Amino acid sequence: MLRLPAFDFQPARSVDHAVALLAAHGNNALPVAGGTDLYANMKLGLFAPQLVIGLRSIAELRTIRFDPQHGLRIGALCSLDAVARDPAVALHYPALARAAAMVGTPEIRNMGTIGGNLCLETRCNYYNQSAEWRKALGYCLKRDGDLCRVAVHSATCKAVNASDTAPVMQAYDARITLVGPLGERNLAVRDFYQNDGARANVKRADEILTEIVLPLQASGMRSTYRKLRLRNAFDFPLVGVAVTLATDAQGACTQARVVLGAVTSAPFEVEAAGSLLRGSHLGEEIAAGAAEEVFKAGKPLENANASLLYRKRMLRVIAQRALEDVSHPLR
Amino acid sequence: MSISPSKMLATLRVNGRDVTLAFSPNATLLEVLREELRLTGTKHGCELGQCGACTVILDGTPVLSCLTLAADAIDRPVETVEGLASDGSLHPVQRAFLELGAAQCGYCTPGFLNAAVHLLENNTEPSEEEIREALAGHLCRCTGYTKIVEAVSLAGRRMRASADE
Repeated sequence: MLRLPAFDFQPARSVDHAVALLAAHGNNALPVAGGTDLYANMKLGLFAPQLVIGLRSIAELRTIRFDPQHGLRIGALCSLDAVARDPAVALHYPALARAAAMVGTPEIRNMGTIGGNLCLETRCNYYNQSAEWRKALGYCLKRDGDLCRVAVHSATCKAVNASDTAPVMQAYDARITLVGPLGERNLAVRDFYQNDGARANVKRADEILTEIVLPLQASGMRSTYRKLRLRNAFDFPLVGVAVTLATDAQGACTQARVVLGAVTSAPFEVEAAGSLLRGSHLGEEIAAGAAEEVFKAGKPLENANASLLYRKRMLRVIAQRALEDVSHPLR
Repeated sequence: MSISPSKMLATLRVNGRDVTLAFSPNATLLEVLREELRLTGTKHGCELGQCGACTVILDGTPVLSCLTLAADAIDRPVETVEGLASDGSLHPVQRAFLELGAAQCGYCTPGFLNAAVHLLENNTEPSEEEIREALAGHLCRCTGYTKIVEAVSLAGRRMRASADE
C-alpha cells in the first residue's frame, strides 16, 4: 500500500501565519493547497517534508473579483472548479474557464486550486515513478541523480510544465503575487517560470503564491485553450495550446499570442506565430501559417506518454483547432 | 528544527455522527475511514488520485479520500457510501445500480455512487453527457460504463418523480 511518509501537519490561519511557519521551518516544510499533486508525489517518495503547512484554511485567498476598470483578481486557493464555473471568468477570460475545466477530473477540480495548478511540479516519465522504479534505474537529473534520462547530454532537467492554466495565464499576460518573509513581490507569469525542469519557477521555498491578476482584455479579444491527451476523460496534456487574439473594427488582428503548454519546462510563447497573426485578417491560410510556426518552434522530447514525433505533429493540429476557435466568429 | 509527528486526538463528523479518535497527521482520510472507523465501503484503488474508487463527499463535494489528510477533514462533514441507505432502504442510485447490473465486481461502485448522488442532488435531469462528465474520474474495469450511465439516468428519473409527488 502507498502510504504518505511521516510528517507533522499544521493548517495556516492566514497568509501571515503560513509565511511565519515557512520561515520558522525552512526547507523542512512544504506548503500544500489541494494536495492532488503533492500528496501523490509524496507517496512516490519525491518529497519528504517534516512539516506540511495546509493553506486550504486561508479563507482570504478564496475569492474571485472582476472589476471592469482593472480586470480579474483570483485568490490562489480558489478551486479549479470554482474558476471554471465563475461567470466573470467564463465571460471575460473564456480560455481560463476552459483550461480549468480540463484539468483532471471533477474530484480533482474540487480539491485542486488555481495556485496549485500554476505551481504544478514538472512532470517526466523518468520522474513520476515509484521510489523502487527510480532507484532501479539509478535516478535522474531532476532528483537524486546526475544524468537526464531524456536528453543525456543536457545540463538541465527536461521535465515538462504540464499545467493547463499556466499557458493561458501567460497568453492573457497575467501577473502573480508571491508573499514571503521579506514581503510581497509581483511578477508577470512569463517571468515566474523558467525553462529548467528541476527549478521550474522562481518561487522561493519560503514564499507562497497568493493571487493572480488578469488584466482587462481589449474589446474584441478572443481566446481559447486546446489540449491533446490520451484519454479525454482525464489526463495531463501531451501538448497544450493557448491563444489570445484581438481584432480592430475592420477585423485586422491587433494583438496575438500563442503559448504552448507541456512542451518545455516553462510555458512557451511562439513569437513567430504571434507576429504572423498580428496585422493579418485571420483566415484559413493565415491560421495554417501560424500553426506551421507552432509546429516548427515546438520541440517536445521523449518524456511523456506519447512519442515525441506524435506530439510534434499534433502540435500543428491542436494549434490549427485553437486558431479555428478564435477565428470562426470573425469570418 | 526536528519535528516528531505524534498522533492527534480529533473529532471527525462521518455520516452525521461525531467520532473522536486518534490518528497520525500523515494519515489519509481513506486510511482513517477504513482502518480506524472500519468503514470499509470506501475502497483503496490506485492511491494516487487516478481511479476514483476512494471518493467520498467532504463539505458537500466529492473528493478523493486517498489524497485528503484526515487532519484536514476535522470539523467538516464526511459522507461515505455507508451513509447512503437510510432506514434499511437503499438510496435510489443504489437501487438503480442493483436493478440494472451497474455493479459487477463492485470495487469501483462506492466511488461511482457518491459521484452520482452528488450529481443528482444538483441536477435530477442530467443529459448523458453530463452524467459521463460527472463520472469522468471513475474507472470501472467490468461494466464498460453503459449500465452505470443508464442507472444514474434511471435514478434521476425516479428521484424527480418522487420529488413531484
